[in-house]
Amino acid sequence: MSENASAPALSVDHLSKRFGDRTAVDDVSFEVGRGEVFGFLGPNGAGKTTTVRVLGTLIAPSSGSAAILGIPLTPENGTRIRGRIAIMPEAPGLYLRLSVRENLECFADLYETPDPRERIAKALTAVNLAERADDACGALSKGLRQRVALARALLSDPEVLFLDEPTAGLDPVAAREVHELIAELREGGVTIFLTTHRLEEAERLCDRVAILNTTLRTIGRPDELRERLFARTLAVKTVEPLPEPARLFAAVPGVDGWHEDGATGYVLAVSDPAVAAPAVTRALVESGANVLSIGESRHSLEDVYLELVDEDVEAARR
Amino acid sequence: MSMSLRRIGAVVRKELRDDRRNRTILVAVAIFPLIFLVQPLVVIFLEPSSSAGTLRESHLLLYMLAIPALTPSVLAAYSVAGERQQGSLEPMLSTPIRQEEFLLGKALAALVPSVAIAYVVFAFFIGCVLLFAQPAVAHGLLRGQDIVAQLLLTPLLAGFSIWIGIAISTRSSDARVAQQLSLVASLPLVLLTSLIAFDVIHATTGLLFGLGVALLVVDVQGWRVVSPMFNRERLITGSKG
Repeated sequence: MSENASAPALSVDHLSKRFGDRTAVDDVSFEVGRGEVFGFLGPNGAGKTTTVRVLGTLIAPSSGSAAILGIPLTPENGTRIRGRIAIMPEAPGLYLRLSVRENLECFADLYETPDPRERIAKALTAVNLAERADDACGALSKGLRQRVALARALLSDPEVLFLDEPTAGLDPVAAREVHELIAELREGGVTIFLTTHRLEEAERLCDRVAILNTTLRTIGRPDELRERLFARTLAVKTVEPLPEPARLFAAVPGVDGWHEDGATGYVLAVSDPAVAAPAVTRALVESGANVLSIGESRHSLEDVYLELVDEDVEAARR
Repeated sequence: MSMSLRRIGAVVRKELRDDRRNRTILVAVAIFPLIFLVQPLVVIFLEPSSSAGTLRESHLLLYMLAIPALTPSVLAAYSVAGERQQGSLEPMLSTPIRQEEFLLGKALAALVPSVAIAYVVFAFFIGCVLLFAQPAVAHGLLRGQDIVAQLLLTPLLAGFSIWIGIAISTRSSDARVAQQLSLVASLPLVLLTSLIAFDVIHATTGLLFGLGVALLVVDVQGWRVVSPMFNRERLITGSKG
């Protein structure tokens, strides 16, 4: 693999990482395109942070290979890779006795940033901390420290930004500001590798997501994952229970199966909800049923996540 | 391999700023110069002129070499273990900084204040001798050989002490434990300088020169020993992988 402008932002090939007898990441392969916001989900201990550390050249893989911006992940390339990426770890890891500005000055020099004053001012403005620049980091709340860590990650104008739980511990307003910042960075062409437990956050921000549980369980756009894992369904709710639901639904074209959902609810497996819904509505009205609602069931990314992680839990029990 | 002076400077500035605001470090750094200044000061103020002959037999100035032997180990011991403890090591190592730049920055940040403190204390002592000691006592204390030895051995002893401190710091996850172990590990140096100061080991020019050369060799080799001990993976994950 050689460095070139058309290479994906991240290319991971059969990557594994073991610590003694324990396998943290096992045979993981994926690619992340330039400018993509890529969500990396998984339960605690799934290997998300280990993967970030490996890709950030902080620890070496046990086997497999990877390239960051086309640069092969080797010990010799560590400095070059780290110069073009930034990592915001889950714990901010600030120098608490130093002011916000002093923390950023240190990192601007470590990245050898040109015009450090200008970059620091820009990063502080991006995270709404310009007025707290001279406060000691130790005097800041957890949320504000998180923002300083984010400003620190933005200092070097990274091409790939690894964010490990960037909104952990933030209040909803601060979390929304981080989301807006991520959206701005995406517009600016920055590739974002987002590790998060907040599934709604991943669903809202990410172009694609991967679910990791030591091995890579699935990868794709949230919509794709929903379709891949769950049959498309219509949810029907009536005022009274239907007298003969089996006969009614069997006669409707496009309905492949059904099951009850409570006393007056029915979930219908359909191949195309747009075709099946009018037919189901007609059949219900003709049968004299009082219909409360009818609509396509939406599975969230959380459903996908829980389905896959529960499968792993079940497999572990067997 | 080229090293970045800007990155080394960033580590040095950060360390100096951080140490200056760390009360534990300040107390530890202040206490050794005070301890090793007291006895020589007592000599100045209490020794009568008649004891000048006895003073000629000892090398009281060299007694203060314990300051550069102990002070930097406290700073160096905090350097890596302190970063680990406050969780700042991972962000620091996520930057393009090379291992050598990191270690050199840490070593310089311990060396500069330690040597400065040692020289200031030394200058203060010489000033007191010139101002307050009996002329005969002053004549007995201030010898060219000892002053030159003090000036030259101070940075070399500090260098040795720093490598000991950093080596222990890379293996420890608790900064206080690292500081205590570093002090214990630096005690043989203090013993050596004290034995020379009290003339148990006779301080000839040749001995002092030999000691200087030996320390210089150890300082240079210390870099080679400590550098491989700095394992990013173990320091970040606690495991060698």
